[in-house]
Amino acid sequence: MDKSVLNALKDEAFGIRCSTIREIASFGSGHIGGSMSIVELLTYLYYKEMKVDPQNPKMDDRDRLVVSKGHSGPAVYATLARKGFFPEEWLSTLNQGGTKLPSHCDMTKTPGVDFTGGSLGQGISAAVGIALGQRLKKQDARTFCIIGDGESQEGEVWEAAESAGAWKLDNLFVFLDLNGQQLDGYTKDIIPQLHVPEKWSSFMWDVHEINGQDFEEIEAAINDAKLIKGMPHMIVMNTVKSYGYIPGEGKKANHSMPITKEDAEAAIEALAKREGRV
Amino acid sequence: MKDTHVYSHYKEAVIGAAIDLAKEHPEVVFLDADLSSCIGSTAFQKEFPERFFNCGIAEANMAGVAAGLSSMGFVPFIHSFGCFASRRDYDQLFISVGYAHQRVLVIGSDPGITAQYNGGTHMPFEDIALMRQIPGFVIVEPSDMQSLYELTRQAYDSGKSAYIRTPRKGSNFRYTTEDKIELGKGIELRDGNDVGIIATGIVMVNAAMEAAEILKEKGINATVIDLHTIRPLDTELIEKTAAKCGKLLVCENGRYAGGVGEMIAGYLATVNPVKMSFLNVGERFGEVGNLKYLSEAFGFTADNIVKKVEDLIR
Repeated sequence: MDKSVLNALKDEAFGIRCSTIREIASFGSGHIGGSMSIVELLTYLYYKEMKVDPQNPKMDDRDRLVVSKGHSGPAVYATLARKGFFPEEWLSTLNQGGTKLPSHCDMTKTPGVDFTGGSLGQGISAAVGIALGQRLKKQDARTFCIIGDGESQEGEVWEAAESAGAWKLDNLFVFLDLNGQQLDGYTKDIIPQLHVPEKWSSFMWDVHEINGQDFEEIEAAINDAKLIKGMPHMIVMNTVKSYGYIPGEGKKANHSMPITKEDAEAAIEALAKREGRV
Repeated sequence: MKDTHVYSHYKEAVIGAAIDLAKEHPEVVFLDADLSSCIGSTAFQKEFPERFFNCGIAEANMAGVAAGLSSMGFVPFIHSFGCFASRRDYDQLFISVGYAHQRVLVIGSDPGITAQYNGGTHMPFEDIALMRQIPGFVIVEPSDMQSLYELTRQAYDSGKSAYIRTPRKGSNFRYTTEDKIELGKGIELRDGNDVGIIATGIVMVNAAMEAAEILKEKGINATVIDLHTIRPLDTELIEKTAAKCGKLLVCENGRYAGGVGEMIAGYLATVNPVKMSFLNVGERFGEVGNLKYLSEAFGFTADNIVKKVEDLIR
């Protein structure tokens, strides 16, 4: 990856993180952990990869993203707002009554959200249906989907996995946010998610494993996956829950956290410092 | 409208409607859950191999995939036995279809005691109640071949999601192509002033018609309504029948809680409460047996309807 491109992506990811933290702080609490861990992926998809038009969010032959782990809504909204799908002022309405930005992604409310997520396990089934629909319509378009490792405890994930494998949906790219944590604590202490790449391989998927916080690895995995035909693609992303919201990093209870406006500004300052931005 | 005498079984009428819709509308697709040879969606597959998907024994995923296809502009039919088509994929129908404003036409086959030899595990009595909780879903339970075909087509035309409750095997011709069959409009099969019998589905409408004959011999004149559409409820006809007869018996091949009887009672309570009685499965689970055995076991018979009416008007 060209250094200037990489730096631009990093700048944008920093911006999305700042917007997400302030957005959650505007409400006072929210799903910070699973929002932060997918910021690099969201940045890459919307700024480098996906064929989308913020002015025409319903463009039929667009690439589509299903955020199956719908509680990552705050990061998705920050990305969509910065990309121009809707005014950035909306971000301060997160979770308020009447908002277009509810805690979990809702396709009926938010421009640019391609499918509703939040009842875990369901988004990946919808993504399979969307990829199938793109194929039926003979569109040169792809379906991207983000699932969680806690979410993968849902049986539906595996029903979806076997159907996509059986139907050879090579226009489907699913990213697993393997951050090792879920609401109640560490996945390893609850229902461990082991042999993850092997599991997906055995469901007839093309599997890649990367550092999900690294743009160059994300790009390489997507580009490698595009070359593989006749199989859906699983990109296992090793991530850090709450990555970039430093007060949440390494904390057990970082799924949803209270964040005051002062917390937000202090956290942003600390992140800027860590990234050498000040 | 097509004369459904070309079909031999209910399953052929409902799948025939799906095939005819698919011929006219390229966005119609069909998903089954390893029961395609049971319902005969294999005929759809034969006609439109690229628009048919066997999802295997994974109903929740099937409903979710259908929702995704809907978001791409397709109109998917999905099929399983009614128990699985309602209970097993309920959260998917609720969230990914209903809440997400997507559109799926669900065929739930072998409702209530028509599940017969598959027994209690396969015998849905609560599917109507479940579907009633999802805002926007049309619910139909036709009582014959012609209305099954026509209401399946009209469910498509409604632009909404729908639950189509039908047995697979057997046939029954109550209506002809000349009869007006309209989604959301119950059909008055007999006119009488002493009692109104409102029935849904083949088993109950047949039993109600038989009971009305027996009642007539006893000097009791019953109005019999084929309430083929459960939602939207034909409130006009319900009110008219309640006002005319003053007493109503609601017969359904299902459970009271959340079912047709409770729905009608709830509606009438707000406009014109009348004395009512109900024939349904009560608090029981299903069990195995043939239709005759199960009809008697659950009291879904003309004789029991007569008894219920006599108790009601006494």
